[in-house]
Order: sequence, then structure tokens, then C-alpha cells
Amino acid sequence: FEHHRYDLKMKSLFFIESVFLAGVVLLSQVTAKNSEDIRCKCICPPYKDVEGQIYKQNVSLKDCNCLHVVDPMPVDGKDVEAYCLRCECKYEERSSGTIKFTIIMYLSILGLLLLYMVYLTLLEPMLKRRLFGHSQLIQNYDDVGDQQPFANAHNVLSRSHSRPSMLNKVEHAQQRWRRQVQEQRKSVFDRHVVLS
Amino acid sequence: MESEQLYHRGYCRNSYNSITSASSDEELLDGAGVIMDFHTTEDDNLLDGDAASPGSNYNMSNGGGAPSSSTHLLDFLEEPIPGVGTYDDFHTIDWVREKCKDRERHRKINSKKKESAWEFTKSLYDAWSGWLVVTLTGLASGALAGLIDIAADWMNDLKEGVCLSALWFNHEQCCWTSNETTFAERDKCPQWKSWAELILGQAEGPGSYIMNYFMYIYWALSFAFLAVCLVKVFAPYACGSGIPEIKTILSGFIIRGYLGKWTLMIKTITLVLAVASGLSLGKEGPLVHVACCCGNIFSYLFPKYSKNEAKKREVLSAASAAGVSVAFGAPIGGVLFSLEEVSYYFPLKTLWRSFFAALVAAFVLRSINPFGNSRLVLFYVEYHTPWYLFELIPFILLGVFGGLWGAFFIRANIAWCRRQRSLSSGKYPVLEVILVAAITAVVAFPNPYTRQNTSELIKELFTDCGPLETSQLCQYRSQMTGSDAGPGVYSAMWQLCLALIFKIIMTIFTFGLKVPSGLFIPSMAIGAIAGRIVGIAMEQLAYYHHDWFFFKEWCEVGADCITPGLYAMVGAAACLGGVTRMTVSLVVIVFELTGGLEYIVPLMAAVMTSKWVGDAFGREGIYEAHIRLNGYPFLDAKEEFTHTTLAREVMRPRRSDPPLAVLTQDDMTVEELQATINETSYNGFPVIVSKESQRLVGFALRRDITIAIENARRKQEGILPNSRVYFTQHAPTLPADSPRPLKLRSILDMSPFTVTDHTPMEIVVDIFRKLGLRQCLVTHNGRLLGIITKKDILRHMAQMANQDPESIMFN
Repeated sequence: FEHHRYDLKMKSLFFIESVFLAGVVLLSQVTAKNSEDIRCKCICPPYKDVEGQIYKQNVSLKDCNCLHVVDPMPVDGKDVEAYCLRCECKYEERSSGTIKFTIIMYLSILGLLLLYMVYLTLLEPMLKRRLFGHSQLIQNYDDVGDQQPFANAHNVLSRSHSRPSMLNKVEHAQQRWRRQVQEQRKSVFDRHVVLS
Repeated sequence: MESEQLYHRGYCRNSYNSITSASSDEELLDGAGVIMDFHTTEDDNLLDGDAASPGSNYNMSNGGGAPSSSTHLLDFLEEPIPGVGTYDDFHTIDWVREKCKDRERHRKINSKKKESAWEFTKSLYDAWSGWLVVTLTGLASGALAGLIDIAADWMNDLKEGVCLSALWFNHEQCCWTSNETTFAERDKCPQWKSWAELILGQAEGPGSYIMNYFMYIYWALSFAFLAVCLVKVFAPYACGSGIPEIKTILSGFIIRGYLGKWTLMIKTITLVLAVASGLSLGKEGPLVHVACCCGNIFSYLFPKYSKNEAKKREVLSAASAAGVSVAFGAPIGGVLFSLEEVSYYFPLKTLWRSFFAALVAAFVLRSINPFGNSRLVLFYVEYHTPWYLFELIPFILLGVFGGLWGAFFIRANIAWCRRQRSLSSGKYPVLEVILVAAITAVVAFPNPYTRQNTSELIKELFTDCGPLETSQLCQYRSQMTGSDAGPGVYSAMWQLCLALIFKIIMTIFTFGLKVPSGLFIPSMAIGAIAGRIVGIAMEQLAYYHHDWFFFKEWCEVGADCITPGLYAMVGAAACLGGVTRMTVSLVVIVFELTGGLEYIVPLMAAVMTSKWVGDAFGREGIYEAHIRLNGYPFLDAKEEFTHTTLAREVMRPRRSDPPLAVLTQDDMTVEELQATINETSYNGFPVIVSKESQRLVGFALRRDITIAIENARRKQEGILPNSRVYFTQHAPTLPADSPRPLKLRSILDMSPFTVTDHTPMEIVVDIFRKLGLRQCLVTHNGRLLGIITKKDILRHMAQMANQDPESIMFN
């Protein structure tokens, strides 16, 4: 009953998630070798009169040492070895494509949620009031408290009713979801029984 | 649900007249005077193994009177009624029943295995579905953790400025390829513009400082406001840390929607916003919640897990291990955390599955790895200097500090949460969050140690000063380490002290706000600050008093013998241990975080000390304290029950309560049954043979009865309000014109657990814990006397501990 609908929803969610996962992993592979995404960073501490310096270059792992990266060399020939011994060179890689994809996706989901929130809190009550009058609003925010036991059983058993159209299905799902959020809000914010 | 039930022994009162000295206890004890009515026609049927019942027109045993062995726990001969065996919201599951259901299912699949190749494949799929769920959970947790890390880092830096060349880069990534070479300019680059530079056009000066301050506060407030609005509108369950509720869910409680997809999405999105707003919270606890949501959602794809609540909790244990694994990059620590903190039952199979989930999640996070190799281990510790024996004294002192702070924090936080409920400020969560965020932002900006990201702060504190470090903490007067502190170090110490006080105060108010908030990183930050201060103090002590006994033995002048970074590490572990009371898992997590394997002994010493000191003030960690605050029916497996009460002192009904609400096995009509259900609010009813003999048949749950009656009304014709209801195998003899009787045997639990009234409560509590019972019937001389539910036990324990027994709210 409840699980069948959950199955459909979960399957679609699963599909979306697997697409996202595949996309992320693929992107991280594809964009890793962008030449701007690798670097060798050498940190050289102060030595004699030379101050501490940091050198960066886009070289690959085999060229990541002091001699290739520190350019121009601040000390003369015989001091080079002593200077280079104190330097610490590290090879670093990043994936700028992954970062870009993630940030853009995050911001778009955030934007969608914000729009939906504005619609739910501001626009929908206005529209409903205009279309159906004040009474409908009150009905929507009914107290869905602890009902008599047989009504619950009724709910549990009546899952197999066929809903005629897609729009009705969406409307029903939204109503159920809204009721659930209402319940949650009551237990978290009003009764303070969950999550203090 | 109130389960006050009083056993009314009306018909036995006559026989006790002779017992003049009977106290209330002895009355129940003495069975000698009771007249037992051994009218056993109904018993004969049971003893003879369901011999043919007296003939009647309505002998309606489905299955044509075939001899059914009534030893099955659940009689599946009849078609199972849909909906029976599920649970209501905010109720406890019956572990025994779920495990039996799973064994049945397994037996059925195994018996069909040899029939055809398709059945064989199905059995293989069933066996492997556990690993599949856990793999998917690990993949999803790793991917979501990567998303949260990247987005949180970017939004954090958004408070400071933007990267003009690529808007999606944070500060560090923006300056990745720049060519600034001197130490002084290490963090600056032309592409990264602070807000003052963008708006005012200048980077330095008082005007730009004020503009930066203002923009910081603006961004912090808007992030916090967005976060709390999203939580309030879409998924109120997404607030808080989530670990107390997950602990309760894993012990067998049902909270519908707590691990649902909306909660998952909102928690992920608002966690980033909450962390970015600069509030004193971390993201580790919420990541455990996110991972458990993934586990729950994926378990619905497989009927083996979606239909069985006990099996689902195995997946959730593994998912929480994956959550800690991605939060810290500590897979083994994650498994141990799941074992020690979160799970209730942890058999070996769950251990393997958790290990695998943590592994997969860590692997996915590593492969996403957007920031380059330097971020594999969060706070990588690169020094290998040895620690000395005399340093155990400051380490133990840090442990004491950690325990004291933990106890103080738990008391203060619980007191604040309690006050919140009674004050009207609890009714304005949005306002509260904005207020706390505003205070945090205003006070945090001037101090560079509180302005930066808390993880960055911890990393800086853990890192020891070497020639490559140029932070203010490392500005010593001479080039050698371990020497005289310069003015930079002194001013850094002052700022650190102020940061410590600020963080201690703000975390109390932040944990418990209506946004996703974690506790690990703030506790570690507090400990790291305290540890670093102690470390620097020890270092200066060693420098100025190098002729003292300790230092002369082990330290040489000019050699670095004290490593302040190590003290920071030990302090962080001590504070986290003091507040959560974790032991082994904490040590493993910390050394997986830092890679400092040489320092296990100091860590263990500090963690043990902080646990001892913390336990001296109160046995509960922060999560158990929040469970008790919310009144969840959580029977803690770690507490010991040491009182000498007996079962009959705890059972219901008590003297003053109405009689035990029972059902008789074939005497009631549908109308009477419905009346019993409607008038009482009990979760289940014992079924007895008859009112005279009071012998126990089984136990029936309220939800199952209501669903079965509704189902019968729809599917079977002829069920009228005065139809007889019977729980026996064969219908009772009825007159010829009676309506069709209703058989409810399939929903009856034929083997309820019973104890006698003399059983010590220690054993009863042990039984409840080990078997995961919801209720237990109390018998005396074989006759039903009363019932003990989990809630009664919790109330009794609360009463024994002088706490308020009415605070246990759920069933």
C-alpha cells in the first residue's frame, strides 16, 4: 500500500541520484587533467638575506622539485643546493570542473527551493483565497491530530483507490505531504517534543 | 499512551477473609485461598491439539479444518491482511516479531530455491541485497558529503569577497595559480576581491574595515535566515543534530518522516547555509543524519528491508558508520562510532556491513576530492617529535578540563533548552536564530581566530611552528623553535583566550537552534584552543626555567622539546570526549584525523581522564541528555539497574487503577471489541481463555485488530456488529441464526513473553533490553495478573533516580 507508492517515488529518486553520481564521478575524471588544475607549490623559508618565498608552477609530478620550480633562483650557484634543501615542494591537483558543477547545481536547487517557498507561503494562499473563498483555507489547515482508530485503519486500507488523472495524483500527493509537514512542525515547534 | 491497568480481583475477595494479617502485597501472593474454576471445555480443545470442534453451521476454519500446528508464532495459513504488522508513528517496534518475520521470509525463499532457476536467482538476489543497499548508501553519502564540503567552503568565503575570474571558486582556489611569492602576501591575489574593494574601491583603511564588517554581518544573517526559513517551511525534522533521534530510532522507535527524502534534501541544503553563516556549529552530526536518510531511502527499494523494521535498522547502523567516515575521513572511527554511540544491537553481520559502507563512502569522497591531495586527512599533522613522560601531567590536566567543560556544557545546554520551551522565545524560532547569528557575527569578526572557518582554526592550532609557518602564533624572537615568545605570540594568546570564552558561551546557545547543527567541531575547537594555550605556556616555562628538574632531564637548551600542536590535539580529544563520553571511537577518529600515530598514549590518557571527570558529574553524554529531555522511550543499554524491586511493584494495573483490559478468546462480539478499543487507549490487549480462568492465550495489538475488523467489514459478507469474534482455531458453537463469526487468530501473538510477579526487576529490565520487548505480561500461578510495558520500566527507573516520571511521553 504505502510502499508501492514509495517504490515509484524512490525509483525515480534513485534514478536522479544515480545520474547525479555518475555525472560527478565522470566530471572528476574528465576534468582532472586540465593543465590549469595541476601545480607544484614550493615553500622556501628565509635563508641568509633572502626572504621566505612561495613558488608555484603548472608542472607535472616528475618535474615537481626545487630546481624546476624555483625560478628565478634568488641565490647563486654554490648556495643553490643548501637553499633547495630547505624548500618543501608539494604536488597538488584539483578538479575545477567538479567545483563549478557542484556550486552551480547547489545554487540552482537552492533557488528552486526559495521560489517554491515563496510560492507556498505568499502566493498560494492569495490565489486560493481568490478562487475558493475563505472557508477552504480553514479546511486546509485542519488539526490532524490523533484520530479515532478506525479512521486510521481506513487510511491504511484505502491505498488501492485508483486516481483518475495525473493532476489529481499530484494534488493528492501534495496535500499528503503538506499534512505531514504540518504534523512535523507541530511536534517540533509547538509541542517541543522532538528536538527540544 | 497511558498504560495504567489495574487487575481487579473481584471474584477472589471472598476467599481472603480468613487472611486477617494480609498486607496489600500478601494478598496477591497467597494463592491458596483462590477458588480455581477448572471448567475446561475450551481448554480441552487446546490440550488435544485442536480436535474437531462441536459441529455448527459456522465452522469457518479456512483451510477446511486441516490440522494446523498452532505452534507457529504467526499463523500464515490464511491470506495475510494488508497492513497488519506495521506500526504507528511514535510507537516502538516489536523486535521479536520482526526477527521472526524475517526468518519466515528467509525460510520461504530457501525452500523454494531448488524449484527453478528464477527462484534460485531470487534467493541470490535476496542474499546479496544487503550488500547492495549498503554500497548504494556509501556512494550516496560520499557524494553528498563532497557536495556539502565544496558548497560550504565556497559560501564561507562568500562572506569575505568574491573571485572575479571564476565566481565559483573560494579564496584558496581563486589564488591557486597566482604568482605572489613573498610570505607576507601569501593569501592575496589580484583575482580575489574583498567586498570593501568591490564596493568602495579600496582594500585597506578604516572605511574598508567597516564595510567588510558590515558585509560579513549581512551575509551571515541572510544565510541563517534562509536556513531557518527552509527548515520551517519544508522539513522541520531537519533541525538539530539528529544523533539523539537516530539513537532512539535504532533502539526501535518509529518517527515517520525523520529519515525521508524531504528531510534529506533540506538537511543537505540548510547545513551548508548554517555552516556558512558563521554560527558555532559543525557538520559532522548532521552528516550522520544525512547518511541515515540515504540508507533509509535505499532500503525501500528492496522488499527485504522495506517491510521489516528490524532489518532496516541494520542498514541504518551501517549508514551512520558511513556518515562519520565521510565527515572526518575516518572509516574505522566511523565503524567504532556506530558501535559505541549510535547502535542498539550490533551483531557481527552489522559490523561487516558498517565496515563496507564506511569504506565505500570514504572511497567515493576521495575520488571526488576536489581540492587536491592536501585535503585527504582533515588536519594532517606532519611532525613526529617525541613526547616526554612529564608531559603526561599537562595532558591529564587537559583531560580534567575537557571533563569539566563537558559536564558544564551538558548542564547549561539542557537548562537552556528547557528554558526555551517555557519562555515565549521558543515560539519564534526564526527570530531566535537571527539573534544568535547576529551576536555571533558581531563578536566574531574583530578576532581573526573566530572570524575564520572553525576547521581552519583547528588546523592552524594543530600545526606546529616550523620555518615554513608565518602565522602570528609562530612569531618567536629567534629563529629556533621552542624559544622566547615574541610579541606576536603574546597577542595571539590574548586573542585565543577571548576566542575560547566566546566559543564556550556561544556553543551553549547554538546547539539546539532550529537549524542543522553539530557539536563535534566546536568542541574540538574549544579543546584545541585550550590545549594550544597550555602548550605555549609549557613551552615558555621550559625556556625560562630550563634548570628545573623536569626540563633538565629531558629537554636541552635550544632543542624543541615541547610541541604545542600536540597539546592542541590532546585538548581537542579531551573536550570532545567530555561532552559525548566516547572513548575508543574518539581516539581512533582523532588519530585518523591527524595521522599522529605516535601520540596514541597521550590521547588515551586525556580521553580516559575526561570521561572519569565527566562521569563524576553526571553519567549521561549530551545525546543521552537530549533523549531524556525529549522524553523518548529509550532504554539505555549502558545504564545498570541496581534496585531490588520486584515485577509486581512495577506492573500495571496498580491498586487504584481500573482493571486490566483483556479480551476473551471466543466470548466477545464485534461491537464489544470495538467498544473496548474505543474506550481505552492501550496499545495491545492480552487475550485470555475466559473471565473465570484468566489463563493466558496470547496478545493482540490494537492496530492489528482495527485493521483486521475494517478489512473484514469490506471483504467478508455477513459480518454484523453482533458477530462473534474468536481467536481460537475453530469457531465456537453458536445458535443457528447467529451472524457469521469473525476469526482473528492470524493477528494473535501466541507466544507473548511472561514473567511471574516475583521476578526481580533487574531480570525484567535485562529481558527488555536483550530481547527488545515492548511489553511483558505478568502472571501469578499461571494466571494473568498484569502487564509491564517499556514505558512503565522507564518511568520506574526515572522514579528510582528521583527524576520526573511524567517526562516519558511516548509509548
